[in-house]
Amino acid sequence: MLREVTLGQYYPVDSVLHRLDPRTKLLGTLLFIISLFCTDNFLGYGVAALFLAAVIRLSKVPFKFMVRGLKAVLVLLLISVSFNLFLTPGTAIVQIGFIKITWEGLRIAVFMALRLIFLVLGSSVMTLTTTPNELTDGLEKGLGFLKKVGVPVHEVAMMMSIALRFIPILVEEADKIMKAQMARGADFESGNLIRRAKSMVPLLVPLFISAFRRATDLAMAMEARCYRGGEGRTKMKPLHYKKRDRIAQLAILLYLAVIIGTRFVL
Amino acid sequence: MSIRAVNLCHVYGQGTALEQYALKNINLEIGDGQFIGLIGHTGSGKSTLIQHFNGLLKATSGELFYNGENICAPGYDMKKLRSKVGLVFQYPEHQLFEVDVFSDVCFGPKNLGLSEEEIRERAEEALSLVGLDESYYKQSPFELSGGQKRRVAIAGVLAMHPEVLILDEPTAGLDPKGRDEILGEIEKLHREKNMTIILVSHSMEDVARYADRLIVMNHGEKMFDDTPRNVFRHYRELEAMGLAAPQVTYIVQALREQGIPIDDGLITVEEARDAILRLVGKEPAAGSRKVDAAEEREELAAEAGKKAPAKDGGNSPLSPDGAELTETAGKDEG
Repeated sequence: MLREVTLGQYYPVDSVLHRLDPRTKLLGTLLFIISLFCTDNFLGYGVAALFLAAVIRLSKVPFKFMVRGLKAVLVLLLISVSFNLFLTPGTAIVQIGFIKITWEGLRIAVFMALRLIFLVLGSSVMTLTTTPNELTDGLEKGLGFLKKVGVPVHEVAMMMSIALRFIPILVEEADKIMKAQMARGADFESGNLIRRAKSMVPLLVPLFISAFRRATDLAMAMEARCYRGGEGRTKMKPLHYKKRDRIAQLAILLYLAVIIGTRFVL
Repeated sequence: MSIRAVNLCHVYGQGTALEQYALKNINLEIGDGQFIGLIGHTGSGKSTLIQHFNGLLKATSGELFYNGENICAPGYDMKKLRSKVGLVFQYPEHQLFEVDVFSDVCFGPKNLGLSEEEIRERAEEALSLVGLDESYYKQSPFELSGGQKRRVAIAGVLAMHPEVLILDEPTAGLDPKGRDEILGEIEKLHREKNMTIILVSHSMEDVARYADRLIVMNHGEKMFDDTPRNVFRHYRELEAMGLAAPQVTYIVQALREQGIPIDDGLITVEEARDAILRLVGKEPAAGSRKVDAAEEREELAAEAGKKAPAKDGGNSPLSPDGAELTETAGKDEG
């Protein structure tokens, strides 16, 4: 019941996108997001949609699987669309009482919705094709230059990868405890808000205890293997850019140039 | 008859790349008052199977009946089912949450909506069943030892007054003493309360000693379903599945290979000891052998229930008498 979150889940198939260097994918995602904020007309969104479709096709991840990630932002999407739709001043199309929909509002609402959807899809392409470990490795190396100004990049990356690693473990643990309490007749689904909040106690107390237990165990295990931070640590699989990374980087830059170009066409 | 599964299937992550069959066409029937051992290597579907028995998991296809009622039918009272089929998970002490032992055991009966008085009575009864006296009632469950914590958790399920008690590796991570105590208490529940017990275990010795029927799971399928004696005769097949037979079985087999005429169906240390004593011409000391109604019944059933061609049907000590055989073996194939 808790396993339906797509955002941040890896989809294990073999594709060009899966094999790319995580830094390339991070850069690509960043540039794609920037590109979404550079467009202001339909041509631009059309180009972005084509690009996204091509990337999704290349990733070999079923589109159905990606759309699931959209469920999480559905409420946000509805709110922002309706605000823009009803509250933008301009030439009215429909007017019922004090509610009116304007051309300008419609335009902004559609763009806003597209932007949000593309944003979520674009970033899920990255997380679905990159394992959390690759992702943090990529971040660590990609942001390595920040070490020179005293940012503990390695530690932050390590914390991030541990946090990511623990999400499925804790989800599983929560699922297990939930079942154990349900076996004792606990009811997590019915009743009003207060009752439901109260019914979470038998779930949350054991979950916190187990999270702390796991944290101490992990710290002990890391120390037993002489972990002392990033100083002098080498990698088993160091990241190197390959030819396909260069091609991908060129492609994304080209795409960005086209997007900026569309601003001047219309 | 209390639990009956018909073509039960369970698929995890259906429709994704991670799709996996956890259960494939399971057919079985579990009668009242049986003591069943459930074995299989990690990931063989044991845990998935037992979670169907009290409705925590829904079958992808197939049907499951409890006392003749289909629990997959819409509107079936799951809460009632869960009070009748008690499930003790692996490491059940991780589910404890209350400030003291007594209130934690009260959690189950409280959820059943019983009166204050009955809740208290049930909690006291359950705690005494697992051998914890009043001095523990007000202690924090987090300050107890591992074995005590586990007993509190088992009492929490017993307080629901289940008719069927399912335990998923109740002895994992306990020391030998704690293990014997817990298993002894489970055996007592079976004997005195005639509770149906399903024991999931990785210890062949434990299931050989306590269970009168053994179900073996492998890759989501039921491979064997017979008396422990008959199942352990297939020890080579069990090994191929990543399981084994009790240590004693290997000794007995080694003796047989040397040409020593010893019964190949010996699965507990006591039985083997007595058989060896008899072979060397000494009478086993009286009363040293655990005489148990369940064991006798099982032996009779073992004799009659030889469905699979036993490797050597030779020298079983008991003479079969088909008339006495009414239950336990053979019927679950039908």
